Amino acid sequence: MKKYSAFSLVRNAISHNRRWREAWRSPEPRPEYDAIIVGGGGHGLATAYYLAKEHGVRNVAVLEKGWIGGGNTGRNTTIVRSNYLWTEASLLYEHSMKLWEGLSQDLNYNVMFSQRGVYNLGHTLQDMRDIERRVNANRLNGIDAEVVSAEQIRKDIPFINTSPDARYPILGASLQRRAGVARHDAVAWGFARAADKLGVDIIEQCEVTAINRDGGTVTGVETTRGTIRSPKVGVVVAGNASVLAAMAGLRLPIESHPLQALVSEPLKPVIDTVIMSNAVHGYISQSDKGELVIGAGIDAYNGYGQRGSFPTIEHTMQAIIELFPVLSRVRMLRQWGGIVDVCPDACPIISKTPVGGLYFNCGWGTGGFKATPGSGWVFAHTIAQDRPHELNAPFDLERFTTGALIDEHGAAAVAH
Amino acid sequence: MLLIECPWCGERAETEFSYGGEAGIARPADPDALGDAEWADYLFNRSNPRGAHRELWNHAQGCRRWFGVERDTVTYRISGSFRLSGGVGKRED
Amino acid sequence: MQPQRLPAGGRIDRSKPISFRFDGRKLEGYAGDTLASALLANGVSIVGRSFKLRRPRGIVGSGAEEPNAIMQIGKGAHAQPNLRATQVELYNGLVARTTKGWPGARFDIGAINDLFGKVFSAGFYYKTFMRPKSWWRLYERIIRASAGFGRAPTEKDPDRYEHRNAHCDVLVAGGGPAGLAAALVAGQAGARVILADAQNEFGGSLLGTKHSIGDARADEWIARTVEQLAALDNVTLLPRSTVFGYYDHNFLAIAERCTDHLPEEERTGVRQRLWRVRAKQVVLAQGAFERPLAFCNNDRPGVMLASAVSRYIRRYAVRPGKRAVVFTNNDSAYETAIDLAEAGAAVVIVDSRMGGAGSVAERAANAGISMLTGHIVTDVVGRRRVRGVRVAGWSGNPSYLVESSIRIECDLLAMSGGWSPAVHLHSQAGGSNEWDTDRLCFVPGAATQANVSAGACNGMWSLRDCLREGMESGRAAASRCGFDAADVDLPTTRQGHDNPPQPLWRVPADAEPERCPKQFLDFQNDTSVADIRLAVREGYRNVEHVKRYTALGFGTDQGKLGNIIGMAVLAECLGKSIPEVGTTTFRPAFTPVSFGVGAGENVGDLYDPVRKTAIHEWHVAAGAPMENVGQWHRPWYFPRDGEDLHAAVARECLAARQSLGIMDASTLGKIDARGRDVVEFLERVYTHNVGKMKVGRCAYGIMLGEDGMVLDDGVMARLGEEHFYLTTTTGGAANVLAWLESWLQTEWPELEVFLTSLTDHFSTIAVVGPNSRKVLEKVGCSIDLGKDGFPFMTVKEAELGGYPVQLFRVSFSGELAFEINIDSGYALAMWETVMAAGEEYGITPYGTESMHVLRAEKGFVIVGQDTDGSVTPVDLGMNWLLSKDKDYLGKRSLARPDCVRSDRKQLVGLLSSDNSTVLPEGTQLVEVPDAPVPVPMCGHVTSSYMSACLGHPIALALVAGGRVRKGETVYAAMPGREPLPVTIAAPVFYDPKGERQHV
Repeated sequence: MKKYSAFSLVRNAISHNRRWREAWRSPEPRPEYDAIIVGGGGHGLATAYYLAKEHGVRNVAVLEKGWIGGGNTGRNTTIVRSNYLWTEASLLYEHSMKLWEGLSQDLNYNVMFSQRGVYNLGHTLQDMRDIERRVNANRLNGIDAEVVSAEQIRKDIPFINTSPDARYPILGASLQRRAGVARHDAVAWGFARAADKLGVDIIEQCEVTAINRDGGTVTGVETTRGTIRSPKVGVVVAGNASVLAAMAGLRLPIESHPLQALVSEPLKPVIDTVIMSNAVHGYISQSDKGELVIGAGIDAYNGYGQRGSFPTIEHTMQAIIELFPVLSRVRMLRQWGGIVDVCPDACPIISKTPVGGLYFNCGWGTGGFKATPGSGWVFAHTIAQDRPHELNAPFDLERFTTGALIDEHGAAAVAH
Repeated sequence: MLLIECPWCGERAETEFSYGGEAGIARPADPDALGDAEWADYLFNRSNPRGAHRELWNHAQGCRRWFGVERDTVTYRISGSFRLSGGVGKRED
Repeated sequence: MQPQRLPAGGRIDRSKPISFRFDGRKLEGYAGDTLASALLANGVSIVGRSFKLRRPRGIVGSGAEEPNAIMQIGKGAHAQPNLRATQVELYNGLVARTTKGWPGARFDIGAINDLFGKVFSAGFYYKTFMRPKSWWRLYERIIRASAGFGRAPTEKDPDRYEHRNAHCDVLVAGGGPAGLAAALVAGQAGARVILADAQNEFGGSLLGTKHSIGDARADEWIARTVEQLAALDNVTLLPRSTVFGYYDHNFLAIAERCTDHLPEEERTGVRQRLWRVRAKQVVLAQGAFERPLAFCNNDRPGVMLASAVSRYIRRYAVRPGKRAVVFTNNDSAYETAIDLAEAGAAVVIVDSRMGGAGSVAERAANAGISMLTGHIVTDVVGRRRVRGVRVAGWSGNPSYLVESSIRIECDLLAMSGGWSPAVHLHSQAGGSNEWDTDRLCFVPGAATQANVSAGACNGMWSLRDCLREGMESGRAAASRCGFDAADVDLPTTRQGHDNPPQPLWRVPADAEPERCPKQFLDFQNDTSVADIRLAVREGYRNVEHVKRYTALGFGTDQGKLGNIIGMAVLAECLGKSIPEVGTTTFRPAFTPVSFGVGAGENVGDLYDPVRKTAIHEWHVAAGAPMENVGQWHRPWYFPRDGEDLHAAVARECLAARQSLGIMDASTLGKIDARGRDVVEFLERVYTHNVGKMKVGRCAYGIMLGEDGMVLDDGVMARLGEEHFYLTTTTGGAANVLAWLESWLQTEWPELEVFLTSLTDHFSTIAVVGPNSRKVLEKVGCSIDLGKDGFPFMTVKEAELGGYPVQLFRVSFSGELAFEINIDSGYALAMWETVMAAGEEYGITPYGTESMHVLRAEKGFVIVGQDTDGSVTPVDLGMNWLLSKDKDYLGKRSLARPDCVRSDRKQLVGLLSSDNSTVLPEGTQLVEVPDAPVPVPMCGHVTSSYMSACLGHPIALALVAGGRVRKGETVYAAMPGREPLPVTIAAPVFYDPKGERQHV
C-alpha cells in the first residue's frame, strides 16, 4: 500500500491517477480465522484494526452484510465530544477523543477531525445546574470543559437567538473546545485501509445467518458466503444487535429506533462550531462543503426501516428556527434515517457474554460515532484478552442485573 | 407518518398517539421470588425483533386508551390493532 | 435588448416587460419568463462556477435538474439562497446574484483549480492535509473558504408559513398530460382529488408544444382540462406545489409556494404552505429527466439538454444559440433540432446510432437539418462558451478510441442521452425499480404502497401513451376508492415511430478518460468519468461507496442530472450490468424545501406554547421575572425597588418565616383518583401504606420507577373511602398521569379506578407563615382553622371568603401553612382577597426561588434537582416511606446488589467551612483536595442557597456513603478556585424537630 501524502497526489496526477492502489482488498472468506468481527461499520473496522495493531491478532475477518460504513457510520451527524457526566462514560469517550486527535496520522487517511468546539446549550435553571455539574466533573476527569455565559455565546455564535424573550432563552452553555466533527465515511474507509494493510480480511456482502456454538462456546458463524470458523466472534452491529443476539440465544436490554437527520443545501460558512440543545431538541453544525448538518429526534417506535416519520423532521426544523431564526429560509436538501440501538441507561454494552468467545459491542444509541476509535480499541482488548479493559469493565451486561447502570439519561433530569 | 387504528376511535395520525413499547411483558406476580437476573430480564430485556412486533400504543391525544398494535418493524406495515383485556398483564386478548 | 429572444411565440406576455438585476446588471424579460429563460434571452452564458474546479458554467436544464444556475435571490430578510434560476419565476425588481466565484462568476480567481484538476481527483482530501498535524485548522479554513453556494439571510424571516392537513382519495403528483388526465378521470368519477404540480401552470411537458390532442392544440387541451377540473368541487388544484416526500402509510408532503413569484412589495399572507396529505391512492406523474452524455468538456457554457433547448424556444421564445449541434443517442432530440431550425438556427444532428432516427428523421430532413448518423461528439471547443465541437465517426464499440475527428463550429450543443423516469417518489415510498433494457432506464417496479406511476414517470415517452396511462391510472385509483369512472375515449395524437435509443454513456474520446479532458457526470460537484474509474481502482466499488467517494449525486440537484449516467459508467468499469450496480437510495426531499415551511406556524410564540396559571397576569404586573418550569412560566421572584435576586429572595424568605408569605403553587400536577379499587391501586404505585390513611388525612408520597429510582413525589390526600387527590411535580404531571394510566390499563385492568387530571381546573395558593391562620380567619373561613380543629396534614372542604375551596394543612416550607385549592376561575380573586387581608401582616408574594430556599432549609428534596435518574428513596433517607408489608412498583429493584451498596451517593447537608461561600449548584465534591487527574469524585452539590433566616449558606448534596459521615470534611472543587472544605451535615437545617408547622 502506498502512503498517502501531498507528494503522492502530485506524483499520481502526473501518471493520470492510474497507479493508485485499492484502499482495501476484496478477499474471499477463508474457512477459519483467529477472530471474526461481525459488522463492518466504523466500530467493527476499528476493532479489527486495533486487534491487529495493538494485540497482534492479524488473522481477522470483518464480515459486513452490505457495504462497509453503510449503517450508522455513514448516517450520523459526525459529532465527536467527550464531555459526558459520569466518570465511567467520560473516561471511555475521552480515551476515544485522544485517539481521534491522532487518527488521521495513525491511519494515514485524513478523517478531517475538526476540533471546532461543541456547545451544549442550557435553557432553564435546571439545565444550568446540570451543565455546572457536568463541566465540573469533566474538569476533574481531565477533560476540557467550560461553562460559557449567554453573553459569550452571543459573541461566539453569530445569529443564534439569545433573546431573553425566546420561548426557551439561552442561559448559557457548556463548551468543549476539543470537541468537533469528523468526516464519517472517511473513518470507515481509513480504518478499513489500515486494517487491511495489517492483514485483516474485510469481506463485504457477507451476511451472518447463524452463530455456531458448541456447548457454551462459540465456534464460528454461518454466512451467506459459507461457514467460517473462529474461536472468537465479536458482534458490533448497532441497530441489529438484538437480531444477532437472538442467533446465540441471548436477549439484550436494547431497542432499535429510527433516528433521523437532515442536511441543508450548501451555504457559505455561517456556523463554525457545533451547537446542541436538549430542551429545544436539535443539533447543528456546518460541513466543510457548506451543508448544515442537523440531527433530529429519535422516533418513539421500534424500527429497522432506516427512516422515520415526517413530524420528527418538522419538530427539528422548528427547533432550528427557534435557535437560529435566520435559517428559516434555508432549505432542506435531504433527510434520512439510521437505526439506533438504545440502552436503558444511554450507555453502551461492551461486554463478554454468557457464550464463551462471543462478545457484544452495542447499545451506543444516538452517540456511537464519537466513540468509534475508543470503542474499537477497548473491544479489541476485550476480545484479545478475553476480559474487558478497565475502561469498558463498567459497561458489561452484568450491570443490568446488579443495577449498576451508568445513567446518562438521568443526567438530563426530567422532573422538576 | 404512521396511520394507526385506535380500536375505539378509528384510524388516526401517529401524532395523536404515544408509544408504549413491546406488548406482552407481564409484571411478575411475585417479584421477590425472582433472582436478580430474572428481574433484570423483565425490567430491561426486550425481544426487539426485526419483523412482526406486537406493541402498545396509547391514544394520548384522543380517548387516552391503551391498546395493542401488530406492526412490522422493517416495513412499518400495521396488520391490526387489538384491545387489551383480561387482567393478564401487558398482554392482548 | 434581448438578443436571443424570438420575435414571436412562447407563453410569455410581451406586453408586460419585467426588469430585474443579475449580478448588478439591469436586464429585462417578460411576464411568464423564468429567471433562466430571461438570462438566456439576454445572452448570458456564464451563470455560475463549479464547486471544486471552479469551471465556468452555463444553464444546462430547464427545471429541477439544473446543476449550475444556483442563485441568491432577493436581499436582506427576504434573501433566498440557492434557488435554481430554472425554477424562479421572473418578477419586477427581482435581484439575482451568482453564488460561486471570486470576485464573480464571470471572472473567478478560483478557476486556477482547474489547472490542477488531476491533483484534485476524487477523494484527494482524504490523502493529504495530514501533516503537520497542527495545520489541519489552517487547511480547513482554506477548504471552508470555498464552501457553499448562497448565503443564509442575516435577518429574521419576516414571512409566515402554515401547515394544512388534507385527506383525499387520489393524490396526483405532477400536472403534465398524464397527471391532468388522471386527475380529470378520477375527479369526474367523484373521487376527492388533489392535483399538485411544481410549476406555475399545469401542462408540464405540453406547455408551448405544437402537439394536438384530438381536435385541439395542446394549450387549448390544457386550458380546457384545467377548466373542467376547476369546476369540480371535489378537486383541489395546487400549482406551484411540489410533492417532495412520500412517507409511510401513504402520507405525502407537499410544499406550496404562495407568494415567492410576486414582487416583494406585493407579497401578503402565507409565503409557503405545507400540505400534509393522507391519500388513499396516489398517481405519480412527475415525468422524466433527460440525461446528458459524458463527452470531453461537456460542461462548457452552451452545452445544454436538448429538451431544455426546446423548452426555451417553445415556451419562452428564447433561442439559446444560432448555430447548433444536436448530439443524441435517441429520437427525442430530433424534435429539438426541428425547433431550432424553425427558430432560425443552423442545425446539425450528430446521432450515435448508425441507423439514425425513425419517422422524425424525415421531418428533420424536411426542415433542412443535416444529419450525421453513426457519429459522436468527442470534445467541445471553447472555454467560456461553446465555439465548436469535435465530431468523429463511431461504430458503437465503447472501448474504441477515436482517431480522427472533424470540427464543427457552433455556439450551442444540445445533448440527449435518453430519458430517466422520475422514480423518486415511487422509490421513497419503498417501491423497487427495474432496468428496462429497451428504453434504457429504470422504470418503477412493484409498489409497496397504494401508488401507481403513469406517463413519462413510468417510462412512457409518447403523448398518446402518457394520456392513456393517465386515464387508466386515474380510473383505477378512483375505482379502488369506490368510484366508478365512465369510459373516456383516448384522444388522437400524432404517434411517431421511434427507433430505440443506443446505450451510450461515456462517449469515446481520443484518449482514455484519465488522459482526455474531463467528461463530467455530476456537473455541480465536478465528478467525472475518470473519478468514477479512480474510485473503482481504489476499491470503492459499491455504488454507495462510489457516490460518497466521488460526491456523485450529492449536489443540490440530488443527482437528477448525472446519477444514472454515473451508475452506467460505474457498471461499465466493473464489467457489470446497470441493474447489478443498482441505484442509490432516493431520499426526500424531491426538491429542497425551506425549514420555514417544514416548521409551519409552530415557531416563535407558538413554539411549545407557554402554560400560564390563572394568577399569571398578577405576577407579571408585579414585575416578577419568570422561570421556565416544564411548559409553565412561574414567577421566579418578586423584586422591589431595584432589588436583585438575592435581596428579593432574602426578604421573601424572611417574610414567610416571620410573618406571612403567599405563593402561586398552581402548576403542581393534580390528579383525582377514585373508584372501587383505588386503595389497592395506590398501594401498588406509592411506597407507603396508603390504606392506613384515614379520610381527611394527607401524606407525602413517592413513586418509583420499576428500576427503583425515584420517579416523582407529592402530597396525596384521602378525600373519601374510595377517593384520593394526588399531587405531582410541575414537570412530571403529564408523565405521571400517563404512567399511572398505563399500569391501570395494560397491567391491572381488573382494578376499577378512574384518574382525572385537575391540574388546570384548580389553582393552588399557598399561604405560608406564622400569620397564615390569622389571615385566613380574617378572610372568613367556614371551618375551624385551629390547631386541633384542622390539624397538620389534613384536608377539608370549606368556604373561604365566600368561595368554595379545598383547604390543605400542608407545608413545603416548614412553617404553619395552608394550601388553598380553588376553581381556577376564582383563583385570581382569591389571591387578591388574601393579599388585601394580609396587608397588615406584610404579606409577601414569593416565587420559585424562595420556595426552593425554604424547602432546602427543611431538607425537602426537589425531584429532578436533588435527584436524577439514579437516586433511590434509600439514598434520600426515605426508608420510613418504604412499606415492608406490601409490594409496590420498583420495590424489587431496591434489593439488587448495586442498590444496597453502603457507598451509594446519599442525600446530606453541606456547610461551607468559611460560613460565607454559597457553593455553585453542580459543584463536585472530592475527598482529597490536590489529587492528580482524574480526580475521584465523591459527590456533588444539588441545591445551594444563602439562608437569610439562618444567616449562612446551606447546601444539599449527594455524597458517597454520606449518611454516616456527618461532621466529616470533603472538598468542593470549584474551577479557578482553591478547593473549599465543606462539612457534611444533616440535610435539615431549620427547625429539625418540625415544630413550627404543627402550631
